Amino acid sequence: MFDWLQQLTDWLIFSVLHLSPGSRVGGALNFFVYDTIKILILLFMITLMMGVVNSYFPVEKIRNFLSRNRLFGLEYLLASVFGAITPFCSCSSVPLFIGFVKGGIPLGVTFAFLITSPLVNEVALAMFIGMFGLKATVIYATSGILLGMVGGFILGKLKLEKYLSPWVQGMLAKAVREGDLEQSHQTLGKRLPLIFREATGIIKSVFWYIIIGIGIGALMHGFIPTGFFERYISKDNPFAVPVAVALGVPMYSNAAGVLPIIQVFVEKGIPIGTAIAFMMAVVGLSIPEATLLKKVMTWRLIGVFFGIVAVCIIISGYLFNIIL
Amino acid sequence: MKSIKVLGPGCPKCKTTYANALEAVKQTGIEAKVEKIEDLQEMFKYDVLTTPVLIIDEVVKIKGRVADVAEIRQLLTP
Repeated sequence: MFDWLQQLTDWLIFSVLHLSPGSRVGGALNFFVYDTIKILILLFMITLMMGVVNSYFPVEKIRNFLSRNRLFGLEYLLASVFGAITPFCSCSSVPLFIGFVKGGIPLGVTFAFLITSPLVNEVALAMFIGMFGLKATVIYATSGILLGMVGGFILGKLKLEKYLSPWVQGMLAKAVREGDLEQSHQTLGKRLPLIFREATGIIKSVFWYIIIGIGIGALMHGFIPTGFFERYISKDNPFAVPVAVALGVPMYSNAAGVLPIIQVFVEKGIPIGTAIAFMMAVVGLSIPEATLLKKVMTWRLIGVFFGIVAVCIIISGYLFNIIL
Repeated sequence: MKSIKVLGPGCPKCKTTYANALEAVKQTGIEAKVEKIEDLQEMFKYDVLTTPVLIIDEVVKIKGRVADVAEIRQLLTP
């Protein structure tokens, strides 16, 4: 799909700039130019596609749907899928959480949405396709959705409502199920300009993360010898996955910044499951996220939430290492 | 006198929206009170799910994305 781009980059770096393909600078620069253009193209396509899907399922509609219907457990799956199609912004996670609680949506279902949203979204998918191919992307998206579902289900079973902040508990008591949302019926043609604008907005907001991420990735690609990490993290080291997750949890980056680096990790010998588990920990859980959530829940609940999600990530890391 | 409120828990996007609102008011020369609401409980008097939210005269105009200056100017001068 991107052969033409690789040829163009090769021509630019090796013929126009006269860098040798074997040199470190040449390799790094080639990687940087090729990856940046490829990712931006993919990102634009996927964001537009997701924008179209999303315009049919805006988050208000999803909330009202989940609020009105009790689906015998299926709501966990739906919340998780909806979390995947809704564009993620970490600053929206608290308002979303409250909005869901206010709508009488069970805590576990809300968590399912909250877990999947940062893990699977347009930016993560676009970059994943670009770096690991379609098959790995499908496996990643599916397991992200499963992870949200299982994590949310377990959290729901634990009856954690009493560990929400008091004012949120007050909201819980007054929760009302939402009625039907007034729908404005607009043709896709009329929605497109807005979808287009939102897509460019999303790309703008992650642009520098991508550039910096790919920049670091390119340097590592050019300067770290192949197989370098294998000495430290071998495939049959049983502690590699938990250690990677423990390192990743406190850190924060979005998928755009962390994936180019993950790609190089894999290229230099870290097993893909371990690398993806690390990425999920970085993207899905973080100290900034915890401090945001502190506004609506007690440390104890945050601890339980992080603990269960981390365990789920570790399990999927092992699974990835077996499957991929 | 118009009232403009920007709702958001203090993320970069919310700050940009607030700055854009101030700029739009300056450019149009309209008399308006621009407020930035970061308090969560205050925020949930309005039914918001995604931030930032731009409210003009108590009506939610734009939510879930940064509103640019031209856009806000247009909303202010119907």
